[in-house]
Amino acid sequence: MAAGYKFKPKIIGFLCNWCCYAGADLAGVSRYQYPANIRIIRLMCSGRVDLEFILRAFSNGLDGVFMGGCWPGDCHYITEGNYGALSMMHLCKKLLQHIGVNPERLRLDWVSASQGTRFAAVMNDFSGKLEELGPLGKGEGLDKNGLKLKLEAVTNLIPYIKLVERERLRVRFDTEEEYSKFFASDEVNRLFHELIVDKLATSQILLLLRERPLSAGEISEILGVDASTISTHLNNSARQGLIEFDESQKRFVPV
Amino acid sequence: MVVGGGISGIQAALDLANTGFKVYLVEKAPAIGGKMAQLDKTFPTNDCSMCIESPKFLECSRHPNIELLTRTEVDSVKGQAGDFKVTLTKKPRYIIEDKCTGCTTCAQYCPVKVPDPYNQDLSLNKAIHIYFSQAVPLVSYIDPEACLYLQGEQCNICMGVCEHKAIDFDQEEEKLEVEVGAIVLSPGYEIFDPKLRGDYGYGKIQNVITSLDFERLLSATGPHEGEIRRPSDGKHPHKIAWIHCVGSRQVRVGGNSYCSAVCCTYTQKQVILAKDHNAEIQATIFHNDIRSYGKDFERFYQRAANLPGVRFVRSYVSIGKEIPESKNVTIRYSTTDEGVKEEEFDLVVLSVGLNPPADARDLATKFGIELESHGFCKTNPLNAIESSRSGIFVSGAFQGPRDIPESVMTASGADALCSQLLAYRRGKLNRERIYPPEKDVSAEEPRVGVFVCRCGANIGRVVDVPSVVQYACSLKNIVHAEESTFACAADTAQKIADTIREKGLNRVVIAACTPRTHEPLFRDTLREAGINPYYFDMANIREHCSWVHSREKEDATQKAKDIVRMSAARVSRLEALQEFELPVDKRALVVGGGLAGMTSALSLAEQGFEVYLVEKDKDLGGMARRIHYTLEGMDVQAYLSELIGKVYRHPSIHVSTDSTITEASGFVGNFITKVKSDGWVREIRHGITIIATGAEEYKPTEYLYGQDDRVLTQLELEERIAKREERVIGSNGMVMIQCVGCRQEDRNYCSRVCCDQAIKNALKLKQINPRMDIYIIFRDMRTYGFKEDYYREAASKDVRFIRYEPDDKPTVEAVEEDGKPILRVTASDPILGQKLVIDTDSVALAAAVIPSATSHEVSKLFKIPLNPDGFFQEAHVKLRPVDSAADGVFLCGIAHYPKHISETISQAYGAAGRAATILTKDSVVASGAICEVNESACVSCGGCISVCTYDAIEFHETPRGKKARVNPILCKGDGLCNSRCPTGAISLKHFTDEEIFSQIDAAFPAPEETPLIDKAGMTAAGVN
Repeated sequence: MAAGYKFKPKIIGFLCNWCCYAGADLAGVSRYQYPANIRIIRLMCSGRVDLEFILRAFSNGLDGVFMGGCWPGDCHYITEGNYGALSMMHLCKKLLQHIGVNPERLRLDWVSASQGTRFAAVMNDFSGKLEELGPLGKGEGLDKNGLKLKLEAVTNLIPYIKLVERERLRVRFDTEEEYSKFFASDEVNRLFHELIVDKLATSQILLLLRERPLSAGEISEILGVDASTISTHLNNSARQGLIEFDESQKRFVPV
Repeated sequence: MVVGGGISGIQAALDLANTGFKVYLVEKAPAIGGKMAQLDKTFPTNDCSMCIESPKFLECSRHPNIELLTRTEVDSVKGQAGDFKVTLTKKPRYIIEDKCTGCTTCAQYCPVKVPDPYNQDLSLNKAIHIYFSQAVPLVSYIDPEACLYLQGEQCNICMGVCEHKAIDFDQEEEKLEVEVGAIVLSPGYEIFDPKLRGDYGYGKIQNVITSLDFERLLSATGPHEGEIRRPSDGKHPHKIAWIHCVGSRQVRVGGNSYCSAVCCTYTQKQVILAKDHNAEIQATIFHNDIRSYGKDFERFYQRAANLPGVRFVRSYVSIGKEIPESKNVTIRYSTTDEGVKEEEFDLVVLSVGLNPPADARDLATKFGIELESHGFCKTNPLNAIESSRSGIFVSGAFQGPRDIPESVMTASGADALCSQLLAYRRGKLNRERIYPPEKDVSAEEPRVGVFVCRCGANIGRVVDVPSVVQYACSLKNIVHAEESTFACAADTAQKIADTIREKGLNRVVIAACTPRTHEPLFRDTLREAGINPYYFDMANIREHCSWVHSREKEDATQKAKDIVRMSAARVSRLEALQEFELPVDKRALVVGGGLAGMTSALSLAEQGFEVYLVEKDKDLGGMARRIHYTLEGMDVQAYLSELIGKVYRHPSIHVSTDSTITEASGFVGNFITKVKSDGWVREIRHGITIIATGAEEYKPTEYLYGQDDRVLTQLELEERIAKREERVIGSNGMVMIQCVGCRQEDRNYCSRVCCDQAIKNALKLKQINPRMDIYIIFRDMRTYGFKEDYYREAASKDVRFIRYEPDDKPTVEAVEEDGKPILRVTASDPILGQKLVIDTDSVALAAAVIPSATSHEVSKLFKIPLNPDGFFQEAHVKLRPVDSAADGVFLCGIAHYPKHISETISQAYGAAGRAATILTKDSVVASGAICEVNESACVSCGGCISVCTYDAIEFHETPRGKKARVNPILCKGDGLCNSRCPTGAISLKHFTDEEIFSQIDAAFPAPEETPLIDKAGMTAAGVN
């Protein structure tokens, strides 16, 4: 980045209609100022925020994603979608962390319709935080193409991740602490590694091979993963009939 | 006509309007909302008060059957029920309401500052201003006392800055006369003013404030934007004391003898919120009895009491002094172990009670109604909604101190009673809007029109509007863009409609303010132009742009362009949606034939609907069969037999006793329920359901109950008193023990009715046998409202009250004394600090009211949830107290929560009123923005079904296996299921993935589209 320029993060915010969007309106009515770099998308409930929306935003090169809902217990719907949003946020942070994106680029906060001040404060704080983190990818020391590949790999895996969430990670607690504790637990970490991490590696390898045939060594270099792990994934994928080894090129190719 | 536009009046007006009546809603303030609009949060859920109330404001203002008359008061009422002539005076606002757009420019330029009544005069506002930012009508008003011009000085700045020429200094009082069939009085209450007597130094000591002052301090829209700052120096107080019962429960001159019913719980709410604001705050609450008698109040009390740094001290107090240097205040109070203490606090909050409206006497004269002894409205003792004059009904706190849900349910009840009176005229003045036929444009390419609003200077001063318009023209699909000064002005809306027709637009973006207030208005404009209203999107460039980035004009302009681009992308992908209508079956089913069920059934029948009343017992009457008289002296059995007679005789009510419900299906407007009686099952079709399945009395295992026949429950005692059983009425002594089986871990609620039941039976016994020694051993006497007078009467008649702590309960033993068998009750007296031994002839236990054994089954059948205590859960604790989570299913009586007979009757009328709002309609309308399933993508995982607590999705069989299907009536459109569907098979219309992706993709200029991205994204730093 050229010296003398201040980085302004690009942020997108998904706000629920009933609380957070109304809080943002009140921030306006009360003239509380916050940086102009956030774009807001109004949804009826924070529970509507799809994993894919967040990944799409990051794939587009945005630096931060904000989700705003009603305080726990205040959801306008009896489905209590805000708890759903909370779970999804935790899962998404794990995925981001795994692919090397700073999970703090995703933020979920509760803002009630009367908390105009809070909305502005959260926006100021989040924007400041993202300024510290720097531009997406650059801040993490990831190269642009590598990051794109990883985000695409996760996006391709969304149907599977949603099934895993439903089968193994669907919980309903009363407090936010319980959610944080649950998603940080060894049990969840183990499940995450067993059920998602391997699939993600395979997904990335497939994406790479679709571009051009590669050897195990080349893949290991591109993904920055050690060769033995890569060859395990390659063997598994070959066994599942997803890829094969092309003798003539001495490289792997997709089936 | 509804007089009083607080929450109760608003609800009454909406219910009446939805039942098909033309309603005049008369409010003397400049905006509707009443006291609730001033509250920060509401107990016991701590819901934001304004957030839940303000949607009702808009509903009122948009309803074609409601005419809002603000700054208006009633002069006189002539005529009789069914035919009243009311004359009104409308005070001048000095604003032409139709021209004012609520842009607040006038207030910005007005040079005169005045104390802001909305903020309890704790902050300043201008002589011309909007009452509060969410006000309806959103129109300024001028305080004539403060306005320089109206006081004869030289100033008319507001006239100069108002671009709509909305200011009219020549406005004068206007007289109106209207003819109405019935009147609902909902003038609310006044808070007790401690300044009059100088209670606790209020008015002299700066840091003594009322609870309503504190409420404004807590509020984000309050004087310090939600920061708690004390009046003397603006510092954040660290030690705060609350003093209970200010103005209430006292017989001194200037005080109120009754209990104000809401203060205990609102104090707890304020304590919790204060701790939320600053966890370091030390809170001390000086209280008398804690009256947590309502649904979930007991848990709320525990929540407050268990917070660190919160002390509840049971003591009367007096103010010591104000410390001159710090302006802190000392309070003297008594303790059991250390005697009288004096302690210093930074801030003292007076939990002031509720007074009758200041103009109650005046109202009584004008409306020809009587007041009761405390100055509230005199009502029928069994039906609190009826005033002393036929055709004039009362709702809300004018009946006596009431909280919000009771004010709302009595409002709905007033609707039912008006509707009974005027059923034959219902719908005669009903107005509906007629729109031109809708053009099908789904096959056309998007032709988008963008209208960018300047909102006077609100947007235009910050955002470069012409450049936004120019930019909009360059976007794909945009065929027309223009700016307007005020897009929402009535004439502009008409012009937009004309432009849509002339230019052949099929989609519209309005770049202006928030869709939360203005979307319905503009959707209406589209309908006027013959376009489906869902082909519309609002780009919020005011609240989310010009107002929050007012110092960065370039960034704000760029952002406005981005927001318009997002809207344009979205609107191009939107689909036309149909709000579809389903016919309503005009019959009602009432489950439960107790007092509540019968009252609702009879009210609905009187309103002209056919009713099926199903009772599981062989007789009607329910729990009321065991109640003989009320505390106020009404003969319950006489009332009950009269009611049963009316129900049986009414040609529109079909009663089935000894009947059970075996199956229930369907949805609002179209339910199908199977009822089994006499061995055969029949099917009932009905449009609404009222659940009034009652509750039961707990069978105690404590205090020798069941082992010794001298130990009775209060209901058993009452039956014996009614039978004049000599062994009871002739005995020498009686001990009553309160809170048996509730207010404990497994039943963590207060049964609400037991305290006054004990007082009632004690007074009855004293009346029959004045020499009888009666003791009431209690935890907190919860004789809320006017019942407090009877508590005082009992004490004056030598009924002795002894308080006990839950960890030191009294004991009962059967012993012989001098060869005579007696019951020996031992209790600790906390005041004397010693054990008291009472020998007595019988013991009466205040056994808890517990949920009916059938409630679980009923809950499953009708898909309505139970609360943790097993009572039915209402849709919203505050504002939908008789609605259940399932549309078209209503709740009333003690199935909802223990309550007194008059409260049960009010709620039963409330349920009938709410039910009528559906039954009077020919069809129910379902929103178009609901989910639908693409069956070929559905993998039958059930992910959507498991998260939809509305039960709106179910599997159905198809040739390709079971697939999810959405019932459009039950779907509420939150879209949680979408984010759970692995294959994107289920999609929420109007918020589809594609529509949202288009917004995400358009959120920031793509690098190729704007090569200057780096310049736009960066600003020079350090240049300054």
